Amino acid sequence: MSAEPLSRLGRAEPLSRLGLRAIALGYLLLLLVLPVGMVFWRTFEHGLSPVWTAVTAPDAVHAFWLSLTLVAIAVPLNTIFGVGAAIAIVRQRFWGRRLLSSVIDVPFAISPVVIGLALVLAYGQTGWFGTTLDRIGLQVIFSVPGMVAATVFVSLPFVAREVIPVLRELGTESEEAAATLGASWAQTFWHVTLPAIRWGIVYGVVLTSARALGEFGAVSVVSGRLAGRTESLPLYVQDRFENFDPTGAYTAAVVLALLAILVLVGMNLLARSRRAVT
Amino acid sequence: MAAPAASASSTSSAMTQLPHALAAPPGAGQDRDPIDPRRAVPVARHRPRPRLRRNHTAPLARGLLGLYLSVFVLIPVAALLARSAGQGPAGIWTSVTSPEARSAIELTLAISLAVAVVNVVFGTLIAWVLVRDEFRGRRLVDALMDLPFALPTVVAGLTLLALYGPRGPLGIDVAFTRTAVLLALLFVTLPFVVRSVQPVLLELDRSMEEAAASLGASGLTIFRRIILASLMPAILSGAALSFARAIGEFGSVVLISGNLPNKTEVASVYVFGQIESDNIAGAASVSTVLLLLTLAIVGATSFLSARRGRHER
Repeated sequence: MSAEPLSRLGRAEPLSRLGLRAIALGYLLLLLVLPVGMVFWRTFEHGLSPVWTAVTAPDAVHAFWLSLTLVAIAVPLNTIFGVGAAIAIVRQRFWGRRLLSSVIDVPFAISPVVIGLALVLAYGQTGWFGTTLDRIGLQVIFSVPGMVAATVFVSLPFVAREVIPVLRELGTESEEAAATLGASWAQTFWHVTLPAIRWGIVYGVVLTSARALGEFGAVSVVSGRLAGRTESLPLYVQDRFENFDPTGAYTAAVVLALLAILVLVGMNLLARSRRAVT
Repeated sequence: MAAPAASASSTSSAMTQLPHALAAPPGAGQDRDPIDPRRAVPVARHRPRPRLRRNHTAPLARGLLGLYLSVFVLIPVAALLARSAGQGPAGIWTSVTSPEARSAIELTLAISLAVAVVNVVFGTLIAWVLVRDEFRGRRLVDALMDLPFALPTVVAGLTLLALYGPRGPLGIDVAFTRTAVLLALLFVTLPFVVRSVQPVLLELDRSMEEAAASLGASGLTIFRRIILASLMPAILSGAALSFARAIGEFGSVVLISGNLPNKTEVASVYVFGQIESDNIAGAASVSTVLLLLTLAIVGATSFLSARRGRHER
Protein backbone atom coordinates (compact mmCIF):
# COMPACT_ATOMS: atom_id res chain seq x y z
CA MET A 1 0.00 0.00 0.00
CA SER A 2 2.27 2.75 1.09
CA ALA A 3 5.83 3.05 -0.03
CA GLU A 4 7.26 3.94 3.36
CA PRO A 5 5.11 2.38 6.01
CA LEU A 6 7.43 3.35 8.84
CA SER A 7 7.25 6.97 7.96
CA ARG A 8 3.64 7.06 9.06
CA LEU A 9 4.54 6.28 12.62
CA GLY A 10 7.08 8.63 13.82
CA ARG A 11 9.27 10.72 11.72
CA ALA A 12 6.97 12.01 9.04
CA GLU A 13 3.57 13.57 9.60
CA PRO A 14 5.13 16.79 10.78
CA LEU A 15 1.83 18.63 10.55
CA SER A 16 -0.25 16.36 12.74
CA ARG A 17 2.64 16.05 15.16
CA LEU A 18 3.04 19.81 15.33
CA GLY A 19 -0.70 20.10 15.73
CA LEU A 20 -0.81 17.74 18.70
CA ARG A 21 2.15 19.48 20.28
CA ALA A 22 0.48 22.85 19.82
CA ILE A 23 -2.77 21.63 21.38
CA ALA A 24 -1.01 20.05 24.36
CA LEU A 25 1.23 23.02 25.03
CA GLY A 26 -1.60 25.45 24.43
CA TYR A 27 -3.72 23.67 27.01
CA LEU A 28 -0.89 23.80 29.55
CA LEU A 29 -0.25 27.44 28.74
CA LEU A 30 -3.86 28.48 29.31
CA LEU A 31 -4.50 26.30 32.34
CA LEU A 32 -1.17 26.37 34.12
CA VAL A 33 1.53 28.72 32.91
CA LEU A 34 -0.40 31.91 32.21
CA PRO A 35 -2.43 31.83 35.44
CA VAL A 36 0.65 31.26 37.58
CA GLY A 37 2.54 33.92 35.66
CA MET A 38 -0.39 36.27 36.12
CA VAL A 39 -0.18 36.00 39.92
CA PHE A 40 3.46 37.01 39.79
CA TRP A 41 2.62 39.91 37.50
CA ARG A 42 -0.26 41.09 39.68
CA THR A 43 1.96 40.95 42.75
CA PHE A 44 4.72 43.06 41.34
CA GLU A 45 2.75 45.37 39.02
CA HIS A 46 2.88 48.29 41.48
CA GLY A 47 6.54 47.84 42.29
CA LEU A 48 8.29 46.37 45.26
CA SER A 49 7.26 48.63 48.12
CA PRO A 50 3.65 47.39 48.48
CA VAL A 51 4.98 43.85 48.28
CA TRP A 52 7.41 44.61 51.08
CA THR A 53 4.64 46.11 53.18
CA ALA A 54 2.50 43.03 52.56
CA VAL A 55 5.29 40.60 53.36
CA THR A 56 6.15 42.33 56.63
CA ALA A 57 2.56 42.75 57.85
CA PRO A 58 2.42 41.18 61.33
CA ASP A 59 -0.39 38.77 60.45
CA ALA A 60 1.47 37.67 57.34
CA VAL A 61 4.65 37.04 59.29
CA HIS A 62 2.71 35.14 61.91
CA ALA A 63 0.96 33.04 59.25
CA PHE A 64 4.28 32.26 57.62
CA TRP A 65 5.85 31.05 60.86
CA LEU A 66 2.76 29.13 61.84
CA SER A 67 2.85 27.32 58.50
CA LEU A 68 6.51 26.47 58.99
CA THR A 69 5.73 25.27 62.52
CA LEU A 70 3.01 22.96 61.22
CA VAL A 71 5.46 21.57 58.68
CA ALA A 72 8.16 21.20 61.33
CA ILE A 73 5.87 19.12 63.54
CA ALA A 74 3.91 17.11 60.99
CA VAL A 75 6.78 16.15 58.70
CA PRO A 76 9.06 14.47 61.29
CA LEU A 77 6.09 12.66 62.82
CA ASN A 78 4.92 11.35 59.48
CA THR A 79 8.46 10.47 58.46
CA ILE A 80 9.02 8.26 61.50
CA PHE A 81 5.56 6.78 61.12
CA GLY A 82 6.02 6.28 57.37
CA VAL A 83 9.34 4.46 57.67
CA GLY A 84 8.03 2.30 60.52
CA ALA A 85 4.84 1.47 58.67
CA ALA A 86 6.73 0.67 55.47
CA ILE A 87 9.03 -1.73 57.30
CA ALA A 88 6.10 -3.36 59.07
CA ILE A 89 4.16 -3.77 55.83
CA VAL A 90 7.03 -5.06 53.71
CA ARG A 91 9.19 -6.97 56.17
CA GLN A 92 6.89 -8.33 58.81
CA ARG A 93 4.02 -10.76 58.91
CA PHE A 94 1.30 -9.98 61.40
CA TRP A 95 -2.40 -9.87 61.76
CA GLY A 96 -3.81 -6.69 60.22
CA ARG A 97 -0.92 -6.05 57.85
CA ARG A 98 -3.20 -5.65 54.84
CA LEU A 99 -5.53 -3.47 56.84
CA LEU A 100 -2.62 -1.21 57.81
CA SER A 101 -1.57 -1.03 54.19
CA SER A 102 -4.98 0.12 52.99
CA VAL A 103 -5.74 2.41 55.92
CA ILE A 104 -2.55 4.36 55.20
CA ASP A 105 -4.06 5.44 51.89
CA VAL A 106 -7.32 6.67 53.37
CA PRO A 107 -6.13 10.29 53.71
CA PHE A 108 -5.57 10.43 49.94
CA ALA A 109 -9.16 9.54 49.31
CA ILE A 110 -10.96 11.92 51.64
CA SER A 111 -11.97 15.49 50.98
CA PRO A 112 -10.02 17.92 53.18
CA VAL A 113 -13.23 19.46 54.50
CA VAL A 114 -14.46 16.02 55.53
CA ILE A 115 -11.16 15.43 57.32
CA GLY A 116 -11.63 18.70 59.17
CA LEU A 117 -15.16 17.78 60.22
CA ALA A 118 -14.02 14.33 61.35
CA LEU A 119 -11.39 15.92 63.60
CA VAL A 120 -13.96 18.33 65.03
CA LEU A 121 -16.32 15.45 65.80
CA ALA A 122 -13.55 13.53 67.55
CA TYR A 123 -11.66 16.24 69.39
CA GLY A 124 -13.94 19.30 69.37
CA GLN A 125 -15.81 20.56 72.45
CA THR A 126 -18.89 18.49 71.69
CA GLY A 127 -16.88 15.67 70.14
CA TRP A 128 -16.04 12.23 71.50
CA PHE A 129 -13.04 13.39 73.52
CA GLY A 130 -14.22 16.96 74.07
CA THR A 131 -14.85 16.72 77.81
CA THR A 132 -11.70 14.68 78.44
CA LEU A 133 -9.54 17.16 76.59
CA ASP A 134 -11.31 20.01 78.32
CA ARG A 135 -10.53 18.51 81.71
CA ILE A 136 -6.81 18.28 81.01
CA GLY A 137 -6.95 21.79 79.59
CA LEU A 138 -5.95 20.98 76.04
CA GLN A 139 -7.89 22.84 73.41
CA VAL A 140 -7.46 21.05 70.09
CA ILE A 141 -10.08 22.50 67.79
CA PHE A 142 -9.84 26.23 66.98
CA SER A 143 -6.28 26.04 68.12
CA VAL A 144 -2.84 25.01 66.89
CA PRO A 145 -2.96 21.34 68.03
CA GLY A 146 -5.98 20.80 65.79
CA MET A 147 -4.14 22.36 62.88
CA VAL A 148 -1.24 20.01 63.54
CA ALA A 149 -3.62 17.04 63.60
CA ALA A 150 -5.21 18.14 60.30
CA THR A 151 -1.79 18.58 58.70
CA VAL A 152 -0.62 15.19 59.94
CA PHE A 153 -3.80 13.55 58.60
CA VAL A 154 -3.58 14.95 55.08
CA SER A 155 0.15 14.35 54.63
CA LEU A 156 0.34 10.97 56.36
CA PRO A 157 0.75 8.53 53.44
CA PHE A 158 3.58 10.06 51.42
CA VAL A 159 6.69 8.73 53.17
CA ALA A 160 5.27 5.23 53.58
CA ARG A 161 4.18 5.14 49.95
CA GLU A 162 7.62 6.20 48.75
CA VAL A 163 9.55 3.83 51.01
CA ILE A 164 7.42 0.70 50.46
CA PRO A 165 8.42 0.09 46.82
CA VAL A 166 12.08 0.83 47.58
CA LEU A 167 12.07 -1.72 50.41
CA ARG A 168 10.40 -4.29 48.15
CA GLU A 169 12.94 -3.70 45.41
CA LEU A 170 15.79 -3.92 47.89
CA GLY A 171 14.96 -7.47 48.93
CA THR A 172 16.19 -9.02 52.14
CA GLU A 173 19.58 -10.48 51.16
CA SER A 174 21.75 -7.73 52.55
CA GLU A 175 19.75 -7.57 55.76
CA GLU A 176 19.98 -11.33 56.13
CA ALA A 177 23.70 -11.19 55.47
CA ALA A 178 24.11 -8.58 58.19
CA ALA A 179 22.07 -10.68 60.59
CA THR A 180 24.13 -13.76 59.74
CA LEU A 181 27.25 -11.81 60.56
CA GLY A 182 25.84 -11.14 63.99
CA ALA A 183 24.48 -7.63 63.58
CA SER A 184 21.67 -6.70 65.92
CA TRP A 185 18.34 -5.55 64.54
CA ALA A 186 19.24 -1.92 65.22
CA GLN A 187 22.67 -2.26 63.62
CA THR A 188 21.13 -3.84 60.54
CA PHE A 189 18.61 -1.02 60.33
CA TRP A 190 21.12 1.82 60.73
CA HIS A 191 23.90 0.41 58.58
CA VAL A 192 22.08 -1.60 55.93
CA THR A 193 18.42 -0.73 55.55
CA LEU A 194 18.44 3.00 56.19
CA PRO A 195 21.22 3.90 53.72
CA ALA A 196 19.43 1.86 51.06
CA ILE A 197 16.07 3.57 51.50
CA ARG A 198 17.31 7.08 52.19
CA TRP A 199 16.38 8.53 48.80
CA GLY A 200 12.89 7.14 49.11
CA ILE A 201 12.62 8.78 52.52
CA VAL A 202 13.95 12.12 51.29
CA TYR A 203 11.54 12.05 48.38
CA GLY A 204 8.66 11.26 50.69
CA VAL A 205 9.72 14.07 53.02
CA VAL A 206 9.66 16.55 50.14
CA LEU A 207 6.17 15.48 49.13
CA THR A 208 4.97 15.53 52.74
CA SER A 209 6.33 19.04 53.22
CA ALA A 210 4.66 20.33 50.08
CA ARG A 211 1.34 18.90 51.11
CA ALA A 212 1.67 20.05 54.72
CA LEU A 213 2.59 23.57 53.69
CA GLY A 214 -0.31 23.96 51.28
CA GLU A 215 -3.10 22.27 53.18
CA PHE A 216 -6.16 24.44 53.20
CA GLY A 217 -9.52 22.72 53.62
CA ALA A 218 -8.90 20.58 56.69
CA VAL A 219 -6.92 23.27 58.46
CA SER A 220 -9.58 25.81 57.56
CA VAL A 221 -12.29 23.79 59.33
CA VAL A 222 -10.37 23.05 62.52
CA SER A 223 -8.54 26.36 62.94
CA GLY A 224 -11.39 28.84 63.35
CA ARG A 225 -9.23 31.16 61.22
CA LEU A 226 -8.33 33.73 63.83
CA ALA A 227 -6.01 36.22 62.17
CA GLY A 228 -2.65 36.39 63.88
CA ARG A 229 -3.44 33.29 65.95
CA THR A 230 -4.65 30.27 64.02
CA GLU A 231 -4.12 31.42 60.47
CA SER A 232 -1.61 29.52 58.37
CA LEU A 233 -0.29 31.03 55.14
CA PRO A 234 -2.87 29.43 52.81
CA LEU A 235 -5.65 30.61 55.13
CA TYR A 236 -4.09 34.05 55.14
CA VAL A 237 -4.34 34.14 51.33
CA GLN A 238 -8.08 33.62 51.56
CA ASP A 239 -8.42 36.08 54.43
CA ARG A 240 -6.66 38.87 52.50
CA PHE A 241 -8.59 38.11 49.33
CA GLU A 242 -11.95 38.24 51.07
CA ASN A 243 -11.00 41.43 52.88
CA PHE A 244 -10.33 43.24 49.61
CA ASP A 245 -6.57 43.27 49.98
CA PRO A 246 -5.49 41.72 46.68
CA THR A 247 -1.85 42.72 47.12
CA GLY A 248 -1.73 40.91 50.46
CA ALA A 249 -3.38 37.85 48.94
CA TYR A 250 -1.17 37.82 45.84
CA THR A 251 2.00 38.35 47.85
CA ALA A 252 1.26 35.48 50.21
CA ALA A 253 0.31 33.36 47.20
CA VAL A 254 3.62 34.18 45.52
CA VAL A 255 5.52 33.16 48.65
CA LEU A 256 3.68 29.84 48.62
CA ALA A 257 4.17 29.44 44.87
CA LEU A 258 7.91 30.06 45.23
CA LEU A 259 8.09 27.40 47.94
CA ALA A 260 6.17 25.03 45.65
CA ILE A 261 8.59 25.71 42.81
CA LEU A 262 11.45 25.05 45.22
CA VAL A 263 9.85 21.70 46.00
CA LEU A 264 9.53 20.98 42.30
CA VAL A 265 13.18 21.76 41.62
CA GLY A 266 14.20 19.68 44.63
CA MET A 267 12.15 16.76 43.38
CA ASN A 268 13.73 16.86 39.98
CA LEU A 269 17.23 17.03 41.43
CA LEU A 270 16.39 14.14 43.73
CA ALA A 271 14.95 12.06 40.92
CA ARG A 272 18.20 12.60 39.08
CA SER A 273 20.49 11.74 41.97
CA ARG A 274 18.38 8.73 42.89
CA ARG A 275 18.80 7.52 39.33
CA ALA A 276 22.53 8.02 39.59
CA VAL A 277 22.62 5.92 42.77
CA THR A 278 20.56 2.97 41.60
CA MET B 1 15.46 6.64 25.66
CA ALA B 2 16.69 5.11 28.89
CA ALA B 3 17.21 8.34 30.77
CA PRO B 4 13.79 9.92 30.20
CA ALA B 5 12.21 6.56 30.89
CA ALA B 6 13.72 6.47 34.32
CA SER B 7 12.93 10.09 34.96
CA ALA B 8 9.28 9.83 34.13
CA SER B 9 8.66 6.65 36.02
CA SER B 10 10.29 7.92 39.16
CA THR B 11 8.70 11.33 39.25
CA SER B 12 5.34 10.01 38.27
CA SER B 13 5.13 7.31 40.87
CA ALA B 14 6.11 9.81 43.48
CA MET B 15 3.92 12.68 42.60
CA THR B 16 0.73 11.03 41.65
CA GLN B 17 -1.10 10.85 44.89
CA LEU B 18 -1.66 7.15 44.81
CA PRO B 19 1.65 5.95 43.51
CA HIS B 20 1.16 2.27 44.13
CA ALA B 21 -2.22 2.29 42.50
CA LEU B 22 -0.94 3.68 39.28
CA ALA B 23 2.55 2.94 38.35
CA ALA B 24 5.07 0.21 38.43
CA PRO B 25 7.47 0.49 41.36
CA PRO B 26 10.23 3.03 40.83
CA GLY B 27 12.99 1.45 38.94
CA ALA B 28 10.67 -0.64 36.83
CA GLY B 29 11.93 1.17 33.80
CA GLN B 30 15.52 0.97 34.86
CA ASP B 31 16.39 -2.68 35.16
CA ARG B 32 15.30 -4.00 31.88
CA ASP B 33 18.24 -6.30 31.50
CA PRO B 34 16.76 -9.79 31.25
CA ILE B 35 19.82 -11.41 32.77
CA ASP B 36 19.85 -9.07 35.70
CA PRO B 37 19.78 -11.55 38.58
CA ARG B 38 17.39 -9.40 40.55
CA ARG B 39 14.85 -9.69 37.78
CA ALA B 40 15.44 -13.23 36.65
CA VAL B 41 14.73 -14.79 40.02
CA PRO B 42 11.67 -13.55 41.90
CA VAL B 43 13.71 -12.91 44.98
CA ALA B 44 12.56 -13.71 48.43
CA ARG B 45 8.92 -13.22 47.71
CA HIS B 46 7.78 -16.82 47.60
CA ARG B 47 10.63 -18.55 49.32
CA PRO B 48 10.35 -18.76 53.10
CA ARG B 49 12.95 -16.36 54.38
CA PRO B 50 15.48 -17.37 56.97
CA ARG B 51 14.54 -15.85 60.28
CA LEU B 52 16.24 -12.62 61.06
CA ARG B 53 17.46 -12.26 64.57
CA ARG B 54 14.33 -11.90 66.60
CA ASN B 55 13.34 -8.35 67.23
CA HIS B 56 11.48 -8.14 70.49
CA THR B 57 10.47 -4.54 70.00
CA ALA B 58 8.51 -5.26 66.82
CA PRO B 59 5.11 -5.85 68.45
CA LEU B 60 5.54 -2.72 70.55
CA ALA B 61 6.50 -0.70 67.48
CA ARG B 62 3.48 -2.02 65.62
CA GLY B 63 1.32 -1.02 68.55
CA LEU B 64 2.67 2.52 68.34
CA LEU B 65 2.01 2.62 64.59
CA GLY B 66 -1.54 1.51 65.22
CA LEU B 67 -1.99 4.08 67.96
CA TYR B 68 -0.68 6.87 65.73
CA LEU B 69 -2.96 5.85 62.89
CA SER B 70 -5.89 5.60 65.29
CA VAL B 71 -5.40 9.01 66.87
CA PHE B 72 -4.96 10.87 63.61
CA VAL B 73 -7.09 8.91 61.14
CA LEU B 74 -9.25 6.10 62.45
CA ILE B 75 -10.84 7.75 65.48
CA PRO B 76 -11.81 10.93 63.62
CA VAL B 77 -13.26 8.96 60.71
CA ALA B 78 -15.13 6.71 63.14
CA ALA B 79 -16.47 9.77 64.95
CA LEU B 80 -17.74 11.15 61.64
CA LEU B 81 -19.41 7.89 60.66
CA ALA B 82 -20.93 7.52 64.11
CA ARG B 83 -22.29 11.06 64.01
CA SER B 84 -24.15 10.46 60.78
CA ALA B 85 -25.18 6.92 61.69
CA GLY B 86 -26.70 8.42 64.85
CA GLN B 87 -29.30 10.15 62.71
CA GLY B 88 -30.47 6.91 61.17
CA PRO B 89 -30.84 6.29 57.43
CA ALA B 90 -33.92 8.50 57.27
CA GLY B 91 -32.08 11.41 58.87
CA ILE B 92 -29.17 11.06 56.47
CA TRP B 93 -31.53 10.87 53.53
CA THR B 94 -33.35 14.03 54.62
CA SER B 95 -30.08 15.92 54.99
CA VAL B 96 -28.67 14.73 51.70
CA THR B 97 -31.84 15.44 49.73
CA SER B 98 -32.45 18.94 51.02
CA PRO B 99 -32.62 21.14 47.90
CA GLU B 100 -29.32 22.91 48.52
CA ALA B 101 -27.42 19.74 49.43
CA ARG B 102 -28.87 17.89 46.48
CA SER B 103 -27.97 20.62 44.07
CA ALA B 104 -24.42 20.74 45.47
CA ILE B 105 -23.97 16.98 45.19
CA GLU B 106 -25.40 16.87 41.67
CA LEU B 107 -23.22 19.73 40.54
CA THR B 108 -20.17 18.07 42.06
CA LEU B 109 -20.83 14.76 40.35
CA ALA B 110 -21.57 16.37 36.97
CA ILE B 111 -18.52 18.63 36.98
CA SER B 112 -16.24 15.88 38.30
CA LEU B 113 -17.40 13.64 35.47
CA ALA B 114 -16.68 16.40 32.96
CA VAL B 115 -13.26 16.88 34.56
CA ALA B 116 -12.51 13.18 34.21
CA VAL B 117 -13.52 13.22 30.53
CA VAL B 118 -11.45 16.31 29.69
CA ASN B 119 -8.52 14.77 31.56
CA VAL B 120 -8.80 11.58 29.56
CA VAL B 121 -8.48 13.52 26.30
CA PHE B 122 -5.91 16.14 27.26
CA GLY B 123 -4.04 14.00 29.77
CA THR B 124 -3.45 11.28 27.19
CA LEU B 125 -2.52 13.85 24.58
CA ILE B 126 -0.03 15.58 26.89
CA ALA B 127 1.49 12.26 27.93
CA TRP B 128 1.87 11.32 24.28
CA VAL B 129 3.53 14.62 23.45
CA LEU B 130 5.87 14.31 26.45
CA VAL B 131 6.93 10.78 25.53
CA ARG B 132 6.84 10.57 21.75
CA ASP B 133 7.52 14.12 20.67
CA GLU B 134 10.88 15.86 20.64
CA PHE B 135 11.14 19.59 21.14
CA ARG B 136 13.16 22.10 23.05
CA GLY B 137 11.97 22.51 26.62
CA ARG B 138 10.28 19.13 26.77
CA ARG B 139 11.97 18.29 30.05
CA LEU B 140 10.88 21.61 31.50
CA VAL B 141 7.28 20.89 30.51
CA ASP B 142 7.65 17.45 32.04
CA ALA B 143 8.83 18.95 35.33
CA LEU B 144 6.04 21.52 35.19
CA MET B 145 3.43 18.76 35.14
CA ASP B 146 3.89 18.26 38.87
CA LEU B 147 3.19 21.89 39.69
CA PRO B 148 -0.53 21.38 40.38
CA PHE B 149 0.36 18.83 43.07
CA ALA B 150 3.05 21.02 44.62
CA LEU B 151 1.11 24.28 44.52
CA PRO B 152 -1.26 24.91 47.45
CA THR B 153 -4.81 24.58 46.21
CA VAL B 154 -5.90 28.01 47.36
CA VAL B 155 -3.04 29.49 45.35
CA ALA B 156 -4.22 27.51 42.32
CA GLY B 157 -7.66 29.10 42.69
CA LEU B 158 -6.17 32.55 43.05
CA THR B 159 -3.99 32.15 39.95
CA LEU B 160 -7.00 31.21 37.85
CA LEU B 161 -8.92 34.12 39.27
CA ALA B 162 -6.07 36.46 38.36
CA LEU B 163 -6.26 35.40 34.72
CA TYR B 164 -9.92 34.56 34.25
CA GLY B 165 -11.41 36.88 36.84
CA PRO B 166 -12.93 40.36 36.67
CA ARG B 167 -9.61 42.11 36.07
CA GLY B 168 -8.15 39.47 33.79
CA PRO B 169 -6.06 40.71 30.88
CA LEU B 170 -7.69 38.38 28.36
CA GLY B 171 -11.09 39.99 28.86
CA ILE B 172 -12.52 36.63 29.90
CA ASP B 173 -14.35 36.80 33.20
CA VAL B 174 -15.72 33.48 34.39
CA ALA B 175 -15.53 34.21 38.13
CA PHE B 176 -18.44 32.83 40.13
CA THR B 177 -19.67 30.60 37.31
CA ARG B 178 -19.68 26.85 36.85
CA THR B 179 -17.00 27.28 34.19
CA ALA B 180 -14.75 28.64 36.92
CA VAL B 181 -15.35 25.55 39.05
CA LEU B 182 -14.52 23.37 36.06
CA LEU B 183 -11.29 25.29 35.42
CA ALA B 184 -10.20 25.02 39.05
CA LEU B 185 -10.83 21.28 39.12
CA LEU B 186 -9.03 20.79 35.81
CA PHE B 187 -6.05 22.65 37.23
CA VAL B 188 -5.68 20.53 40.35
CA THR B 189 -6.36 17.19 38.62
CA LEU B 190 -4.15 17.85 35.58
CA PRO B 191 -1.32 15.44 36.51
CA PHE B 192 -3.37 12.33 37.27
CA VAL B 193 -3.94 10.95 33.77
CA VAL B 194 -0.63 12.30 32.43
CA ARG B 195 1.42 10.69 35.19
CA SER B 196 -0.52 7.46 34.97
CA VAL B 197 -0.21 7.13 31.18
CA GLN B 198 3.37 8.34 30.78
CA PRO B 199 5.23 5.32 32.21
CA VAL B 200 3.05 2.87 30.28
CA LEU B 201 3.65 4.74 27.06
CA LEU B 202 7.39 4.70 27.70
CA GLU B 203 7.38 0.94 28.16
CA LEU B 204 5.19 0.31 25.13
CA ASP B 205 6.85 -1.90 22.57
CA ARG B 206 7.23 0.09 19.37
CA SER B 207 7.68 -3.05 17.26
CA MET B 208 3.94 -3.77 17.43
CA GLU B 209 3.19 -0.41 15.91
CA GLU B 210 5.84 -0.93 13.26
CA ALA B 211 4.41 -4.34 12.43
CA ALA B 212 0.93 -2.87 12.08
CA ALA B 213 2.26 -0.10 9.89
CA SER B 214 4.09 -2.56 7.67
CA LEU B 215 0.82 -4.43 7.29
CA GLY B 216 -0.71 -1.24 5.97
CA ALA B 217 -2.57 0.05 9.00
CA SER B 218 -3.18 3.77 8.97
CA GLY B 219 -1.86 6.02 11.70
CA LEU B 220 -5.30 6.35 13.18
CA THR B 221 -5.89 2.60 13.22
CA ILE B 222 -2.54 2.03 14.88
CA PHE B 223 -3.37 4.61 17.50
CA ARG B 224 -6.82 3.22 18.17
CA ARG B 225 -6.12 -0.51 18.01
CA ILE B 226 -2.65 -0.70 19.51
CA ILE B 227 -1.62 2.38 21.44
CA LEU B 228 -4.99 3.23 22.93
CA ALA B 229 -5.74 -0.40 23.72
CA SER B 230 -2.54 -0.70 25.75
CA LEU B 231 -3.00 2.61 27.49
CA MET B 232 -6.64 2.12 28.41
CA PRO B 233 -6.13 0.74 31.94
CA ALA B 234 -3.74 3.56 32.81
CA ILE B 235 -6.06 6.16 31.31
CA LEU B 236 -9.03 4.83 33.23
CA SER B 237 -7.21 4.63 36.54
CA GLY B 238 -5.94 8.20 36.09
CA ALA B 239 -9.44 9.32 35.22
CA ALA B 240 -10.93 7.58 38.26
CA LEU B 241 -8.44 9.22 40.57
CA SER B 242 -9.02 12.65 39.07
CA PHE B 243 -12.77 12.07 39.45
CA ALA B 244 -12.31 11.18 43.13
CA ARG B 245 -10.06 14.16 43.71
CA ALA B 246 -12.50 16.51 41.97
CA ILE B 247 -15.36 15.30 44.18
CA GLY B 248 -13.53 16.25 47.35
CA GLU B 249 -11.69 19.34 46.17
CA PHE B 250 -12.14 22.48 48.23
CA GLY B 251 -9.25 24.95 48.31
CA SER B 252 -9.02 25.75 44.61
CA VAL B 253 -12.79 26.15 44.24
CA VAL B 254 -13.55 28.27 47.26
CA LEU B 255 -12.27 31.62 45.95
CA ILE B 256 -13.19 31.34 42.29
CA SER B 257 -16.66 29.81 42.54
CA GLY B 258 -18.26 32.47 44.70
CA ASN B 259 -20.04 29.59 46.48
CA LEU B 260 -23.49 30.59 45.26
CA PRO B 261 -26.02 28.06 46.59
CA ASN B 262 -27.80 26.08 43.88
CA LYS B 263 -25.49 27.58 41.27
CA THR B 264 -21.77 27.18 41.88
CA GLU B 265 -21.70 25.59 45.32
CA VAL B 266 -19.98 22.21 45.23
CA ALA B 267 -20.40 19.53 47.88
CA SER B 268 -17.24 20.25 49.88
CA VAL B 269 -18.09 23.96 50.01
CA TYR B 270 -21.61 23.05 51.10
CA VAL B 271 -20.21 20.92 53.92
CA PHE B 272 -17.98 23.79 54.97
CA GLY B 273 -20.94 26.17 55.01
CA GLN B 274 -23.00 23.78 57.13
CA ILE B 275 -20.17 23.46 59.64
CA GLU B 276 -19.93 27.25 59.84
CA SER B 277 -23.67 27.58 60.42
CA ASP B 278 -23.58 24.81 63.03
CA ASN B 279 -25.66 22.30 61.12
CA ILE B 280 -23.30 19.48 62.04
CA ALA B 281 -25.86 16.77 61.29
CA GLY B 282 -26.27 17.97 57.71
CA ALA B 283 -22.54 18.40 57.26
CA ALA B 284 -21.85 14.92 58.61
CA SER B 285 -24.43 13.30 56.32
CA VAL B 286 -23.10 14.86 53.14
CA SER B 287 -19.53 14.19 54.33
CA THR B 288 -20.34 10.53 54.80
CA VAL B 289 -21.72 10.30 51.29
CA LEU B 290 -18.60 11.97 49.89
CA LEU B 291 -16.36 9.79 52.03
CA LEU B 292 -17.93 6.52 50.96
CA LEU B 293 -18.01 7.58 47.33
CA THR B 294 -14.36 8.62 47.11
CA LEU B 295 -13.16 5.66 49.20
CA ALA B 296 -15.03 3.30 46.88
CA ILE B 297 -13.54 4.88 43.75
CA VAL B 298 -9.99 4.95 45.05
CA GLY B 299 -10.28 1.48 46.59
CA ALA B 300 -11.64 -0.01 43.37
CA THR B 301 -8.93 1.68 41.32
CA SER B 302 -6.10 0.39 43.47
CA PHE B 303 -7.67 -3.07 43.66
CA LEU B 304 -7.98 -3.23 39.87
CA SER B 305 -4.44 -2.05 39.23
CA ALA B 306 -3.07 -4.47 41.82
CA ARG B 307 -4.89 -7.32 40.12
CA ARG B 308 -3.69 -6.20 36.73
CA GLY B 309 -0.14 -6.00 38.04
CA ARG B 310 -0.34 -9.59 39.30
CA HIS B 311 -1.88 -10.73 36.07
CA GLU B 312 0.93 -9.26 34.01
CA ARG B 313 3.54 -10.80 36.22
